[in-house]
Amino acid sequence: MSEPAKGISRADVSHLAGLARIDLSEAELDHFAAELPAILEHVAVVQQAAGDDVEAMSHPVPVNNVFREDVVVPCLTPEEALAGAPASDQQRFLVPKILGED
Amino acid sequence: MTTETLVPVDEALEKYDPVMGLEIHIELNTATKMFCGCPTEFGAEPNTQVCPVCLALPGALPVVNAKAIESAIRIGLALNCEIAEWCRFARKNYFYPDMPKNFQTSQYDEPIAFNGHVDVEVDGETYRIDIERAHMEEDTGKSLHVGGSTGRIHGADFSLVDYNRAGIPLIEIVTRTIEVPGDKAAAVARAYVSYVRDLIGGLGVSDVRMDQGSLRADVNLSLKPKGSTTLGTRSETKNVNSFRSVERAVRYEISRHAGILDEGGSVLQETRHFHEDTGTTSSGREKSDADDYRYFPEPDLAPVSPSREWVEELRATLPEPPAVRRSRLQADWGFSDLDMRDTIGAGALDLIVATVEAGTTPQAAKKWWLGEMARRANVTGSDLDALGITPTQVAEIQALIDSGRINDKLARSVFDGVIAGEGTPEEVIVGRKLEVVSDDGALGAAVDRAIEADPDAAEKIRGGNLGVAGALIGAVMKEMRGQADAGRVRELILEKLT
Repeated sequence: MSEPAKGISRADVSHLAGLARIDLSEAELDHFAAELPAILEHVAVVQQAAGDDVEAMSHPVPVNNVFREDVVVPCLTPEEALAGAPASDQQRFLVPKILGED
Repeated sequence: MTTETLVPVDEALEKYDPVMGLEIHIELNTATKMFCGCPTEFGAEPNTQVCPVCLALPGALPVVNAKAIESAIRIGLALNCEIAEWCRFARKNYFYPDMPKNFQTSQYDEPIAFNGHVDVEVDGETYRIDIERAHMEEDTGKSLHVGGSTGRIHGADFSLVDYNRAGIPLIEIVTRTIEVPGDKAAAVARAYVSYVRDLIGGLGVSDVRMDQGSLRADVNLSLKPKGSTTLGTRSETKNVNSFRSVERAVRYEISRHAGILDEGGSVLQETRHFHEDTGTTSSGREKSDADDYRYFPEPDLAPVSPSREWVEELRATLPEPPAVRRSRLQADWGFSDLDMRDTIGAGALDLIVATVEAGTTPQAAKKWWLGEMARRANVTGSDLDALGITPTQVAEIQALIDSGRINDKLARSVFDGVIAGEGTPEEVIVGRKLEVVSDDGALGAAVDRAIEADPDAAEKIRGGNLGVAGALIGAVMKEMRGQADAGRVRELILEKLT
């Protein structure tokens, strides 16, 4: 859905890291700014193999309309659901508050 | 937070034209969620309707609910949309604890329905609202925010999340920009939301309850100087939970934007929250880089390609179009154009339909919903269908009036009781001892006292001036504290004096 990037700047890496909520050090930013373009170059080779007559595809096989009936199936118990949660309270998942939201 | 300068709406509209966009989220009433078989019941205990798919546990794979697709297509058709021959789901990536996958499964540039329109009526004028798209997505979990001041966790704020709602199918309906005369903008916005509510409700695919969140409206609004063609910066107001609030949110944002623009400022593109109690909005979240959602096609779900035969089958299931239905009802009920306009404006059409179906005459149903109920809704600031009284109960109360057990005045007290949760109309009558007195002994004594207290009136009635009877009836009603059968009182007075 987006244009293939020719190169990736350090600012791009910083932006992407921000979107992914990954805290990168200055050294890591330098590292990825050098490494990511190399990966993109490899991808570009694959893109060359597909001519303009080949449409981009999101799924490996042309299967459409995989549906299920609207029928209730058993779910997890709250205990099971919360078993892997680092913290819970009042039968709910307890998470740090996100700042700036009500 | 800065103090806001508000310009009265009338003044604002002399200088600016509002441009609106409305987004409506409809929660479908399917038995199960969009991508898993968990139930969707409203009000269940926290985290009792969850599974590996809607909790995003590793390895869980979603499968589309066929009924949700069917409902989405029917909604699209009802909105006069085209239905996509082929479309995909997409991942909308963002981090927020109400979405455990760290993305919301939605649709991006391939909505299932697009290019539709609806016609809404305000003050006898018809306005066409163009629909850009109606797409499928899933609802999020519910967060309960707890402040550090509660002391449960020292110095820290945290949230408690219930994922019962996460994954419930939603249809988001997005309009194109709506430009109508400024003084009509708020009413048109309200009429549109009300129209969509009735339309979708008629399809039976959603409960469409604004008070329960199964229909939610966002109001996008910007102002442009009169004569200008350049769009201003818009705000997106969320949390607008009643028809009345839609109208108020539009008016408030017109006032607020005009205040900023008049002072030479610029409107921030941001999310705002509407506050029901004050009718104001407050800043939510500024749009920023964080809104780079990096949509991409959902690889775990196969594309949806509804056959044209299926679409036509579903088109055949659509109920009669609203305009046709309204004309039919108006003719059946014998309502004037004005009655009909008031009915639709108040959002009372379906309530009157249901009341009439329960056995009340259309005139009586209209009297209660547009009179007593509209007055109550206005006082409490709620919509008619959220008052806490059902069409069936209104019909029961009217039947009690028709049978002479209560009168109109007592009926109001019965409404109070039913709304206050005192039980059925019958139980309220018993509980509050509301029955009218039509026992001739008690009434006759009261009539005698009224005649004695007002000999002038009595003399006039004896002389044939029956118009004066009202004064004596009033005196009797007062003595009986309203619990008298006024018709019987009149008969008794005339029997005694003529």
